[in-house]
Amino acid sequence: MAQKAIREAQGKKMIARLLKDYGDRKYMVEDNFISVGPETDLDALPKEYPWLESTKVVVKPDQLIKRRGKNNLLLLDASWNEARGWISERMKTEITIDGVTGLLDHFIVEPFIKHDEDDEYYVAITSVREGDNILFYHRGGVDVGDVDEKAEKMLVPIGSFPSAGDIEKSLLGYLNDERKGIVAGFIEVLFRLYADCHFAYLEINPLVVVDGRIHILDLAARLDSTAEFLCKSKWGGIVFPSPFGRSLTKEEAYIEELDSKTGSSLKLTILNPKGRVWTMVAGGGASVIYADTITDLGYMEEMANYGEYSGDPNEEFTYKYARTILDCMTREKDPQGKYLLIGGAIANFTDVASTFKGIIRALKEYRQKLIDNKVKIFVRRGGPNYKEGLRQMKELGQSLGVPIEVYGPEAHMTKIVKLALKGGN
Amino acid sequence: MKTTAKKPDYVLFDRTTRAFIYNMQTKAVQRMLDFDYASKREIPSVAAIINPTGSDSYSKFFFGSQEILLPVYKSMQTAAEKCPDADVMINFASFRSAADATLEALELPQIRTVVIIAEGVPERKMKEVIARAKELDKVIIGPATIGGIVAGAFKIGNTGGTIENILESKLHRPGSVGCVSNSGGLSNETYNIIARNTDGLYEGIAIGGDRFPGTTLVDHLLRFEKNPAIKMLVALGEVGGNDEYEIVRALQEKKITKPLVIWVTGTCAKAFKTEVQFGHAGAKANIEMETADAKNKALREAGAYVPDSFDDYDKLINKVYTNLVKEGVIIPAPEPEIPKIPVDYDVALKSKMIRRPANFVSSISDDRGEECLYGNKTISQVVREGLGIGGAISLLWFKRLMPQYALKFIEMCLIITADHGPAVSGAHNCIVATRAGKDLISSLASGMLTIGPRFGGAIDGAAQMISEAYDKGTAPAQFVAEMKKKGVNIQGIGHRIKSTHNPDLRVTLIKEYAQQNFKETPLLNYALEVEKITTAKRDNLILNVDGCIGVCFADLLRNEMPREEANEYINMGALNGLFVLGRSIGMIGHHLDQKRLKQGLYRHPWDDIAFLNE
Repeated sequence: MAQKAIREAQGKKMIARLLKDYGDRKYMVEDNFISVGPETDLDALPKEYPWLESTKVVVKPDQLIKRRGKNNLLLLDASWNEARGWISERMKTEITIDGVTGLLDHFIVEPFIKHDEDDEYYVAITSVREGDNILFYHRGGVDVGDVDEKAEKMLVPIGSFPSAGDIEKSLLGYLNDERKGIVAGFIEVLFRLYADCHFAYLEINPLVVVDGRIHILDLAARLDSTAEFLCKSKWGGIVFPSPFGRSLTKEEAYIEELDSKTGSSLKLTILNPKGRVWTMVAGGGASVIYADTITDLGYMEEMANYGEYSGDPNEEFTYKYARTILDCMTREKDPQGKYLLIGGAIANFTDVASTFKGIIRALKEYRQKLIDNKVKIFVRRGGPNYKEGLRQMKELGQSLGVPIEVYGPEAHMTKIVKLALKGGN
Repeated sequence: MKTTAKKPDYVLFDRTTRAFIYNMQTKAVQRMLDFDYASKREIPSVAAIINPTGSDSYSKFFFGSQEILLPVYKSMQTAAEKCPDADVMINFASFRSAADATLEALELPQIRTVVIIAEGVPERKMKEVIARAKELDKVIIGPATIGGIVAGAFKIGNTGGTIENILESKLHRPGSVGCVSNSGGLSNETYNIIARNTDGLYEGIAIGGDRFPGTTLVDHLLRFEKNPAIKMLVALGEVGGNDEYEIVRALQEKKITKPLVIWVTGTCAKAFKTEVQFGHAGAKANIEMETADAKNKALREAGAYVPDSFDDYDKLINKVYTNLVKEGVIIPAPEPEIPKIPVDYDVALKSKMIRRPANFVSSISDDRGEECLYGNKTISQVVREGLGIGGAISLLWFKRLMPQYALKFIEMCLIITADHGPAVSGAHNCIVATRAGKDLISSLASGMLTIGPRFGGAIDGAAQMISEAYDKGTAPAQFVAEMKKKGVNIQGIGHRIKSTHNPDLRVTLIKEYAQQNFKETPLLNYALEVEKITTAKRDNLILNVDGCIGVCFADLLRNEMPREEANEYINMGALNGLFVLGRSIGMIGHHLDQKRLKQGLYRHPWDDIAFLNE
């Protein structure tokens, strides 16, 4: 439900496929981008793309990784044989970039375009409140530097579309006349596509012009995923990949699947499975504040998970959600014990007692494991029927054998964080 | 209606504000009216409901304990003409149509403010809305918000939650604090904090969690700054976007001078190694400047009151408020009396405050859970366990799951009674009705209505007569003699064509199945004894299909339940149900057949009617 990044190959293929619908055919980009995933049969590719055998190629990982060139994740001017070997060596291997470790499993293969440094340009379109900014810089490539500072900028108010003439005048002062015409024409068409397909961000660096033809060498893009109902066919079955290094754990995937089955919201991210502070917080806003407070009190390293449930999920869903968290938190004992924060703001309409029912069921089921793991539970919640919900939790505290402290709206929302971590001081 | 004097531009909502509600949101409307009543408003804050998929009508609501009618209009234009005093539209349209409905509302001259509730409005569409609102100098709140509230004056839709919460957070009367936040989900929490640490909220707005909200935090803070009734500002920002830097600039430029307590949430973002999208679309830091830490720092440096953590937010609000009271800027007002708000029936019931005998009872099925129950079985269990139609009937008619032999017998009876050709009364009537152009249900009903004592109704009769005689211990011969003496035909005995020499194979089928599969068949045995006597008199006085089904079914019920209960079912006419259900299969078939064959209106020929005129 927001701006979401897409794979480079998907973005390039989309542009190649759709550009002709938005203007003059002479600004077309040829679709010779190959997306390679773990399931791709590399030996079969040349049959489908005969040019692989006759053209030098470029290969890069296609997993929303920034600065691939600088991280040595770029193979240039290679034969298909070399490229295939390069991919095979790296497929399904782990790499670490800027502290994030992840599995390489998607690559893009495309023809190597021989060009000079002078042929490289930087183009980007970004979404701002008033409309969209088109950025252009007459140099491109990995060393382009701070484009926010250097690039020519043109604000296109929402609802309007700049002509090639406008673009030439505002952005392309440094280009020669021949290049001006072709680049301006291309940006005009590109902007139409960007707007009509609800892109939220589009960056081409570099854009290259060789022999009067446009080539998109490197592309990063985000779509506004809320526009799917308008753009479904134009997007052509696009899949939004997880950011690099964020492959889902089994439990995260399970909660994601649960989430997709209900109109309510269920979210779970495991941050540190060995962490001692676990949260089960109702509401998107409140869950962030609980995580903030844990961080602000200096327990960032101990924070085991981030997540939230909201939109009045029924008892069955809260039970499954709670069980998943309890299962994760009781796998490995810690001599110092653990904390479970069952928190939440004052709900608008979620029935507190009924959502607590599912949580209570899960707590009862995990009673022994909670005792074994020396878990202390802290509850804070308000909203419809909260008195009944809190009463049930207190009652559970007397029989469960696990300490449970229970608070309502009279206590500040994050009081239980301090109580748990600092003993209230 | 009288038009009010032009309001200052910092006032979006007051005690006279009237709104349109776009889409049939009856719960939200009722909540607004309850708030109005608690705030002692003279007129309801909802002028009309706009229901684009309905037609012009009225809808019933409570104002206190009194019932009132609110107009419902199909078109925005009509609503505007009929209610010229409404200047707010609360737009509950879905994310698909919210932007278009807003653009339409903006064009109505009387509308000053549109609130968009939907989450997931495309950003590009929203930018168009924002641009148009700016051209027309109008205000958008949302999207992806619960709305906002002016304490004791006007409440947007579902803001504030339940009426208990509204009273607990003292939203029914004005305080001195102006509050703005992104999150609608946290607004109750924030209002609660304000109620507990100050003299209460004056106005609270949740701008919504999107990347491009119609109005921003600073827009509302600047509005609050101009409003002399507001003495203190409270805000809750979040990670992502640049909105908080607009506040920093307004503080630096002294455009905001009232004390501002603010906290930007999302300081935990640094704990996440990779990108995590929080609940809100806008809550994502793209660059260092958009992080919560950077924003909190900038705000603190610009002179805002920023706690070290949300944990101290309440204390800081209390401190700033206490100072304002000391300085005499705020003079707390005495608490007004709260009118008693009648509790909604369902709320009272849920909290076990009241009870009421139900008008209806049901003991065979229950659709309140995840899946509908037939007896104690869910529909999917009925299907997965292969219980068939027999199982469904067993559960729904007889409140128990009978053994497989019984279920099969029920299905056999349905198959046997399903049709008996086009000439019998039921099918005939059905065909005539169909040919008169009637629909399926009318044609079926027309055929059904012929079922009675002479056609198809003998199943119950036979079961009753035979079981009564058997239970009394009357010998078969004596029973036949008694009936003859009374001049009563024995139900289920006799056939127009079939006879001992030309037996009815359907009867054979049922008889044999019962004899082979039932634990015992005393009633069938009795009926067969009776048949021996009657067929001795005339060979077509056989146990016919109705009679056979009737007595066998009575045997079956007695096999599976106490005799009194079995008799009760027979006396209620349950067995007739078998014929009605079975035969409707055939009658529907005849109806479809006639339609398929395009048969025209039937008119009975004169020559087939004996006109007995004088």
